Amino acid sequence: MRIGVFICHCGSNIEGTVDTATVAKASLDFPEVVYATDTMYACSEPGQDGIIQAIKDKNLTGVVVASCTPRMHEPTFRRAVERAGLNRYMFEMANIREHVSWIGKDREANTNKSVDLVRIAIEKLRRDAPLSPSKFSINKRVMVIGGGVAGIQAALDCADGGLQVVLVERESSIGGKMAKLDKTFPTVDCSSCILGPKMVDVAQHENITLHAYSEVDAIGGYVGNFQVQVKKKATYVDWTLCTGCGACMEKCPSKKNPDRFNEKIGPCTSINIPFPQAIPKKAVIDPTTCRQFVKGKCGVCAKVCPTGAIKYDMADEIVTEDVGAIVAATGYDLFDISKVTEYGGGRYPDVITGLQYERLLSASGPTGGHIKRPSDGKEPKNVVFIQCVGSRDKSLDRPYCSGFCCMYTAKQAILTKDHIPDSQSYVFYMDIRSPGKMYDEFTRRAMEEYGARYIRGRVAMVYPKDGKMIVRGADTLAGTQVEVEADLVVLAAGAEAAVGAPKLAEKLRISYDKYGFFMESHPKLKPVETNTAGVYLAGSCQGPKDIPQSVGQGSAAAAKVLALFSKDMLESDPQISRVDIKRCVGCGKCIITCPFKAIKEVEFRGQKKAEVIETVCQGCGLCTSTCPQGAIQLSHFTDNQILAEVNALCQS
Amino acid sequence: MSEAIAYYPGCSGLGTSKEYDASTRAVCRTLGLDLVDIPDWSCCGSTPAHTKDHVLSAALSARNLQLVSGMGIASAATPCPSCLTNLRTANHRMEAPAMAEKVNKLLDAPYAGGVEAISVLQALVEKVGLDEIKAAVRTPLTGLKVACYYGCIMNRPPELMAFDDCENPMAMDNVLSAMGATVVPFPLKVECCGASYGIPRQDIVARLTGKLLDVAKSVGADMVAVACPLCQMNLDLRQGQVNRALGTNFRIPVPYFTQLMGVALNVADEELGFGQLCIDPRPVLNKALSGADAQAKGA
Ligand SMILES: Cc1cc2nc3c(=O)[nH]c(=O)nc-3n(C[C@H](O)[C@H](O)[C@H](O)COP(=O)(O)OP(=O)(O)OC[C@H]3O[C@@H](n4cnc5c(N)ncnc54)[C@H](O)[C@@H]3O)c2cc1C
Ligand code: SF4
Ligand code: SF4
Repeated sequence: MRIGVFICHCGSNIEGTVDTATVAKASLDFPEVVYATDTMYACSEPGQDGIIQAIKDKNLTGVVVASCTPRMHEPTFRRAVERAGLNRYMFEMANIREHVSWIGKDREANTNKSVDLVRIAIEKLRRDAPLSPSKFSINKRVMVIGGGVAGIQAALDCADGGLQVVLVERESSIGGKMAKLDKTFPTVDCSSCILGPKMVDVAQHENITLHAYSEVDAIGGYVGNFQVQVKKKATYVDWTLCTGCGACMEKCPSKKNPDRFNEKIGPCTSINIPFPQAIPKKAVIDPTTCRQFVKGKCGVCAKVCPTGAIKYDMADEIVTEDVGAIVAATGYDLFDISKVTEYGGGRYPDVITGLQYERLLSASGPTGGHIKRPSDGKEPKNVVFIQCVGSRDKSLDRPYCSGFCCMYTAKQAILTKDHIPDSQSYVFYMDIRSPGKMYDEFTRRAMEEYGARYIRGRVAMVYPKDGKMIVRGADTLAGTQVEVEADLVVLAAGAEAAVGAPKLAEKLRISYDKYGFFMESHPKLKPVETNTAGVYLAGSCQGPKDIPQSVGQGSAAAAKVLALFSKDMLESDPQISRVDIKRCVGCGKCIITCPFKAIKEVEFRGQKKAEVIETVCQGCGLCTSTCPQGAIQLSHFTDNQILAEVNALCQS
Repeated sequence: MSEAIAYYPGCSGLGTSKEYDASTRAVCRTLGLDLVDIPDWSCCGSTPAHTKDHVLSAALSARNLQLVSGMGIASAATPCPSCLTNLRTANHRMEAPAMAEKVNKLLDAPYAGGVEAISVLQALVEKVGLDEIKAAVRTPLTGLKVACYYGCIMNRPPELMAFDDCENPMAMDNVLSAMGATVVPFPLKVECCGASYGIPRQDIVARLTGKLLDVAKSVGADMVAVACPLCQMNLDLRQGQVNRALGTNFRIPVPYFTQLMGVALNVADEELGFGQLCIDPRPVLNKALSGADAQAKGA
């Protein structure tokens, strides 16, 4: 092998504490090295040209670059050596920036350590073999899970791009939280007026198949070829017949059930269409309250339904959808306010969540858009808003900021004044976080034009007295205690991961954080990708996001899917495990170990053997350390290569 | 029937809250909860010790825990939340070996930990249980409207006290509704009454205690049941001071919850010490009970 070594200065990032010229010179003494040099910026165009030129001039057959982390530029250099005619896997990187220059100041020690790392890389390179990816075809259908505004946007963009889209929503209508909102910040335009048309587009788009009232049961396969089992939950109404006329809702005698769409501040019937603009506009029976199910007799809806759509004996149904990519857009849910016992949410009817308040403001809500407090239906005059309930609070294990509450509280204070001109709003806040376009101006408007009184401080307790809610808190700017007699208290409940998010993440084989939010592949540079190829994220399932951000991410995820599907064949990463069939004894340990279910059992001449499914293997290497026979080897990271690296280190 | 529990009455149990001590003993005896006196127990250190010196305070409390451990008993119950705080704090502080060493130097016999201190309320709920308490009721407190007032330190800080919800505790509510009383939702259950400010700053106690009484009245309580000798004193003994300072005319009885339990369990009146309270709850109690009785007969 003829090896060339390039030691990068990274400006002064590396050169500042590593003598790169000395490292280059020392490299010349290592086996099979025929060329070594230092270079200002190896990744820059002249830097890459220098590598390519050297490969050609010196007939190099392998290259080592000592620079930054491979997560940064390994793909860059692989492409460079490939342009010069080498196999892209005849290349190794030594990380002398993150692992050396950035963490130590002693120039001599750093230089010596860099020499060691280069030597290790050279020993690995000497045992590299050219690898080539295999190709497989892709199924150009995409599944979007979750039909909130983020999922809707992703679905529409993909469908407009010509892809077949399967949208899975667990409620009976798409729309998510945005469908429950009255107006939206910072423009205070009507939420259903801007969301409604998009929902209709979903229903009418010829490329979109919608499974509402459905959930993902199981996911198999890999990028390009997933098989997803979708459970269509029994609605007890044949949706091919239901016209959404609502006759059943008018006549259903079971009328006093908590309406989930109205966040339980209003009642609904057992057979229900959640809201007038629902997509699909179809009825669903709740068997936990329906008299036909609970008492065994009623049947009123079946009698009144003009199309005979009611089917009390319906069962769940599983359908399998084959898709090439999946977008998770399952959104968020709200922090349970009854956990903050000092505020009395859940105990006092007039302590409600912001989302419940949206329903009170909404013209299609349970009060027809008149603000009436739940306890006695009176119009409140003094409304107290408490921000950060279940956000930025370590004691509740919710240390993160929910992002949108400052803005929606300001919006609700403005709307309160619009609805009830002689009302007074008070907002208890910790800090006002409004870093968006026109956002800070918006919160200022709530204070300056709408007279909302902002009090910086936490509320200690809320209690009822003589028909009022007494809100006691601190005003930390004035350094005093304050007590406000409120008619209604609105808690800005923080955002939490959607119920069941961790379970779905496990089915998708993507990571989630401590709180259940899905993890992106890179917090800055890969915000919609996940660590599982072919699975993307959109909206607040990744962390709290407002509508503009969620929509932006929905479009971004769609762009990723369209880019993925712009090819007819995908290349699989060849750095995967392979079984040496002669050594394998068929014990199956690797099959149990593999977290990606990438190893299957096969019969080979009457004997059990393990076989790696190329497209599923993620190259994590767990199986190789499990195999008692050393029969599984991870290409490009074989046992021999790792031992050679250790040897190189021990020699120095 | 149940395991023996060491009983630590606290100094106030021999003085200002004799009736709490007496009713606690009588109620536990009736319910078969075996309270064993700690021979030669001493003061827990109360507020003065821990404001001055943590080692001294821990030692004063640990001395008693050590005695209990010598009796071969694993838990000690005290009626007084302030004693409870000191006993539990001593246990907590002595988990640090350096602290344990300093404390043990002051003790005749070293305390090796292992004795859990709980409130009498907790003992009743956990060692006897609500079902058994309910089954023992002879004269249900039907018709009596009670506000349960826990005081501010009974459940706080929650990490230390580790019992019930620290903002909306329910143990006493559950016990008294098991006795047949109507427990009114009292939102100021854990608000401070002013505590020992009764001596240097009566105005503060008047304001804080006044608010408690006012809200108790507004939610329709006939009386306020308490679990703390100091709270009892502020709400009952100082009710006149509150009235004078605020121009109110509250006359709300403030019995210990154990006294009310005693009535329901048919404990002899002499053992309940109602006469030691400033506002005797018996007239209100009898009126509520006979009203319910008449209603039951009328129906
Ligand atoms: C009170 C309040 C007021 C707000 N006001 C504004 C505002 O004025 N302006 C603004 O920009 N933002 C506002 N927001 C924020 C806004 O709600 C979010 O930005 C937006 O809803 C995020 O959209 P999403 O699609 O990511 O999630 P969601 O709206 O939560 O949608 C997720 C969807 O996925 C579905 N789903 C969940 N799990 C599954 C599963 N396992 N399988 C299938 N489907 C699933 C859900 O049923 C839901 O339909 C407000 C939020 C609150 C709480
Ligand atoms: S059968 Fe059930 S859903 Fe239908 S009308 Fe009767 S109660 Fe309502
Ligand atoms: S662990 Fe090794 S020997 Fe066992 S099945 Fe897997 S490859 Fe074969």
